[in-house]
Amino acid sequence: MSVAAVKASDGHAAEGEEQEMNIQEIIIEHLGDAYGWEVPFSHENRIPLPVIVNDSNGAWHMFSSGRVTGGDTYVTSDGVRYAIAHSGDNKGKVVQLLADGTEYRPVDLSITKNVAGLIISALVVILVMMSLVRFYRRNGMKKAPQKGLGAVEALVEFVYDGVVKATLGKNAPKFAPYLLTAFFFIFVMNLLGLMVIFPGGANLTGNLAVTLVLAVCTFVVTNVKGNKHYWKDIFWPDVPLLLKFPLPIMPLIELFGIFTKPAALCVRLFANMMGGHMIVLVLTMLIFIFAPFGPVVTGTTTVVSMLFSLFMLLLDVLVSFIQAYVFTMLSTLFIGLATHDPHEGHEEKLEEVKA
Amino acid sequence: MELFTPSFGLVFWMFVVFVLLCLLLGKFAWPAIIKMMSERADLIDKGVAYAQEAKQHMDNAKAEADKFILDAKKQQSEILREAARMKAQIIEDAKEAATLEAKKVMDAAQLSIAQERKEAELQFRNEVSAFAIQIAEKLLRERMANDKAQSQLVDKLLNELETQN
Repeated sequence: MSVAAVKASDGHAAEGEEQEMNIQEIIIEHLGDAYGWEVPFSHENRIPLPVIVNDSNGAWHMFSSGRVTGGDTYVTSDGVRYAIAHSGDNKGKVVQLLADGTEYRPVDLSITKNVAGLIISALVVILVMMSLVRFYRRNGMKKAPQKGLGAVEALVEFVYDGVVKATLGKNAPKFAPYLLTAFFFIFVMNLLGLMVIFPGGANLTGNLAVTLVLAVCTFVVTNVKGNKHYWKDIFWPDVPLLLKFPLPIMPLIELFGIFTKPAALCVRLFANMMGGHMIVLVLTMLIFIFAPFGPVVTGTTTVVSMLFSLFMLLLDVLVSFIQAYVFTMLSTLFIGLATHDPHEGHEEKLEEVKA
Repeated sequence: MELFTPSFGLVFWMFVVFVLLCLLLGKFAWPAIIKMMSERADLIDKGVAYAQEAKQHMDNAKAEADKFILDAKKQQSEILREAARMKAQIIEDAKEAATLEAKKVMDAAQLSIAQERKEAELQFRNEVSAFAIQIAEKLLRERMANDKAQSQLVDKLLNELETQN
């Protein structure tokens, strides 16, 4: 933010166009990934994270991101030169500088800010759940968890009883580990993303790579565990013959649906979270956009922007929960549709009627 | 645009972290948590059922106690009535026995009175006959004071003997 202020105040002589460019860059930078983790009130100093790259000869190198983030070139012991590209397709990424002056983008498995955020989120989930398990082990049936752990348990029950069990029935225990993990992982990532400073601030679920992996996992679980009814409904659905025989219209649509369902999951989570972050950033940036118009305008804008940002952040807390819930619910629904046995369901319903 | 192109490194790490998290929690956390939650739900259900049953038992016990009390009261009044009846019976019996006894005594008394009277009558007769004999002797002595009368009597007796034979 301090840099933005400097840039904005510098830029009041410069053209407005350039200012907007800067603001866009700042927003994109905040939404995107980085090799180090920012600390508050300093744009230059960052928490260094390991960079892991595979160079053009297939050798792995690992070094601290602090060696390249300042615009420096890092030379490994075997003479390979790395730097962060300032322009071109690989802008902002670690590249290998070849002897002929060209840049080579290595296979990059760095622990970036987002990867570190993922690991922190996973550790938070493990810590919370294991403390709940430890509580059970210590107290047995004698005591129910209170306060924090009670809330965690209530949340587990909310997801498991309300979504997983209600949809999957007797299949619930088989898929519960995946679905509960997805819910809590997404929820924690969402909340950590809303925190401004370390260990939060990594825009994880607002990153397409993260939601893509989550959606692919749902896709894999759904299609690997899908039963014969599921595949029959795709390739030979119960529609008039003309819709599926000479031209397989419905099968094509169904086949397309296999991919659109997880794609929708992926984009929904990504767009919701990124949108929330972006609105908060834009509202904050408004202060700097209005800075050249004098103290009165800037002051008013500051108050209004902060109020709106606060409102948006609170709304994002709600959205964090809702999106985690929606992702889990839709995943459950897709898995439920794929593993649902129509005859069995009929019997169950009959039993229910009898009961 | 960078935001819309997923980077390989992040995809790789996300996959690794997520799968590891799934396996770890799936092995150590979720089954334990779900099991505990369902067990506790069962326990609570059982507790509620038990409490309801206990309440029913209590209600039943109260009704039973009421019934017992009613029974006891009925029995008590029965016993009291029986006792009253028995009392009346005993009095009646006693009266009867007393009457009988009195009658017996009276009969015996009457009998002895009758006997006494008979004896008295007998004695009286004996005495009367003795008196009569004495009177007759006296009369006879007076009448037999003269000889004529004596011979007359002998004659008469002889006559009688004759006629008898």
